[in-house]
Amino acid sequence: MCEKEDNSKNKSRREFLQNIGIIGLGSVLAGSAIFAGFNYDRKKTNAQRIKVLTAENELLEIDKNDTTKVARFKAENLTFLQKRGREGIKGKRWVMVVDLSKCRNARKCMSACQNAHHLRPEQHHINVLKMQESKGTPPFYMAKPCQHCDNPPCVAVCPVDATFKRPDGIVLIDNERCIGCRFCIAACPYSARVFNWAEPLNSEEDKDLTYDVELNVPQRKGTISKCLFSADRLREGKMPYCVSACPNGVYYFGDENEDAVTNGTTKETVRFSKLLEDNAGYRLMPELGTEPRVYYLPAKNRTSPYEDKDKPEASEHLDSSHA
Amino acid sequence: MMDQSKKNKITSDLLKPIGITKTFHIWMGFLTLSLAVCLYAYMFQLDKGLVVTGLRDYVSWGMYISNFVFFVATSLIGMLISAVLGLSGVKWASPLARIAEIIALAFAAVAGLVIVSDMGHPERLLNVFMYGRLQSPIVWDVTVVTVYVLISALLLYIPLIPDFKICHEKLVDIPKPLRNIYKLLSLNWKGTEDQEKLLKKSVWILSILIIPVALAIHTVTSWLFASTSRVGWDSTIFGPYFVTGAFVSGTAAVIIAMFFYRNSYKLQDYITELHFDKMGKLLVLVSLVYLYFNLNEFMVPGYKMKKFDATHLHALFAGRYAIMFWLVQIVGLILPILFLLFGKMRKPLPMTVIAVAVLLGAWFKRYIIVVPTMEHPYLPIQNVPMNFKFYTPTLIETFVSLAPFILVLMIITILSKVVPIIPIQETIEHHEESK
Repeated sequence: MCEKEDNSKNKSRREFLQNIGIIGLGSVLAGSAIFAGFNYDRKKTNAQRIKVLTAENELLEIDKNDTTKVARFKAENLTFLQKRGREGIKGKRWVMVVDLSKCRNARKCMSACQNAHHLRPEQHHINVLKMQESKGTPPFYMAKPCQHCDNPPCVAVCPVDATFKRPDGIVLIDNERCIGCRFCIAACPYSARVFNWAEPLNSEEDKDLTYDVELNVPQRKGTISKCLFSADRLREGKMPYCVSACPNGVYYFGDENEDAVTNGTTKETVRFSKLLEDNAGYRLMPELGTEPRVYYLPAKNRTSPYEDKDKPEASEHLDSSHA
Repeated sequence: MMDQSKKNKITSDLLKPIGITKTFHIWMGFLTLSLAVCLYAYMFQLDKGLVVTGLRDYVSWGMYISNFVFFVATSLIGMLISAVLGLSGVKWASPLARIAEIIALAFAAVAGLVIVSDMGHPERLLNVFMYGRLQSPIVWDVTVVTVYVLISALLLYIPLIPDFKICHEKLVDIPKPLRNIYKLLSLNWKGTEDQEKLLKKSVWILSILIIPVALAIHTVTSWLFASTSRVGWDSTIFGPYFVTGAFVSGTAAVIIAMFFYRNSYKLQDYITELHFDKMGKLLVLVSLVYLYFNLNEFMVPGYKMKKFDATHLHALFAGRYAIMFWLVQIVGLILPILFLLFGKMRKPLPMTVIAVAVLLGAWFKRYIIVVPTMEHPYLPIQNVPMNFKFYTPTLIETFVSLAPFILVLMIITILSKVVPIIPIQETIEHHEESK
């Protein structure tokens, strides 16, 4: 009992001395900090003011000495591109119209797309199909990009948020996030997605490029790729690769908010709603409720006939015994 | 009270399989070697990409996913035997409960690995936890399979506690550290009334818990398919269709395991012909239920033959998959039901042969559910090489798919060498009660 009291007395004495020490040290530190602060403030008066653009797009003017460099963001920084790629382009609702009556199966859209996205010959972001709805109805050529659905089944099933829907309507894929489970391929009723089964076509040449979500280049082994509505071109104010490449005026592209679409070949801009109304525009498999952003104009009054040699392939899909 | 000699006989009989024998060395050596070959095939796939498989953009799920469904399915038997039969007081099933739990645990744990072999970027597996989206059925699947593995492990372990005590006491010949592990695992079991009560209650709670979880794992697995609008998968009965199918393959797996355990460990007195007879009847029952779901799944769209359904069903009934489809339905389901109606067929040997046919059928049935649907998308498959249109698994893929089977065999072999596969304590109690 006695020993314990003694101990606690000793302890309190030690504590007292310790506290004195801490207070003393603290005052010295505080004093020097104040002194340094005054000095710093005196120097600052003759420093320059600089302009800084914030992430929220606000231009601020601040004292140069107040800035601390956190990181250097070049335009091709991966994190920046991923963030920008998810945000999309403000105020836009991109929409595409495919006029089937003008398609002559030139396939310039397919090759332009494959060049831009460094795809193998069998990988199609856009695929021109030889279609026939049923026996006895006429065949036609149908360009089929990703439908950029407003209710996208692929986005719903993705377990890691690697594929996503942007406010401007585009469905993109981040191949830095993708785990390669291919659930999105299973879920897409339009067969719009491809997978990099092997090392991608240009993997050697592309290996030093910073990955751009809006171009999906460099392609990456073991991840998904798909049509991006050429999000990188839209950011530059240009039309998508396929739309610009078409020699036959098949594609219209534009902004639903402005109700205006521009033909990629003739550069003629028309009212989107009127174009659909005048030509009985429709969407693919509306019964699935996917709400595509790609519209079709039926192959009425074709500018060229459907070629005889392409007829068997169009009807192949209809023959149930073929499988 | 039962006489001591009988008690001792039961204990020594059931402890006999424990320990390393020459046969065990040869068998495990063979398994390890085979596993090494399969792992080499997987390393090759990791290096080259999934291009080494027969999978392509249209049929992008194939043998690996079928295998995954098969493994999840087979693991469901643990729930049927230890929980459903256990809770409804079916006495004959209790010696088989541990075998069923071992199978459940082995198949469910390995199923998780199977799905990794299908991933384009297996090293990004953690993304599922870091960026997991609750909307995705894959996230549900990962969650429930993990829970099922945990509960199954507990359901295996907790009833083992008294037996671990017996192992510690009776296995005097084994090295001391091993004996101490048994002691540690027995959690100071003394067999007091309180402990007995606690054990019974834990098993009871787990048995109830595992029923919804087991239903969930296979229902969610079926939703990986049914949540898409593809022909052949877009079905409202996929949940129960998968669950009932799971009981068929699981029952068959348990029968096969019973046969091999019984013969190699001389357990004829404990896994009796009565057990085979009862399991045979159970197999008939679950197969009949599954047959009923099959009838619905194929007859209803088959009657209407809508445009896209017709293409798909034609491939199954008379086209590319006809031979596989009818073999699975007739040899894997209908004939086993008919044969097992006869008592003579419910003897160990003939029934094991039938169970092998059922299990093989069950595997190919998963293949038939997964692959043909992917060959029949809504829009035509054009402008791609021929191997994009039809899927044929490659040799590499087959080897990688064999690896999980080897792993399961390893797990159930090793477990049977370290724990008594027939519950000792329970068997003694049963003998006491029946006196």
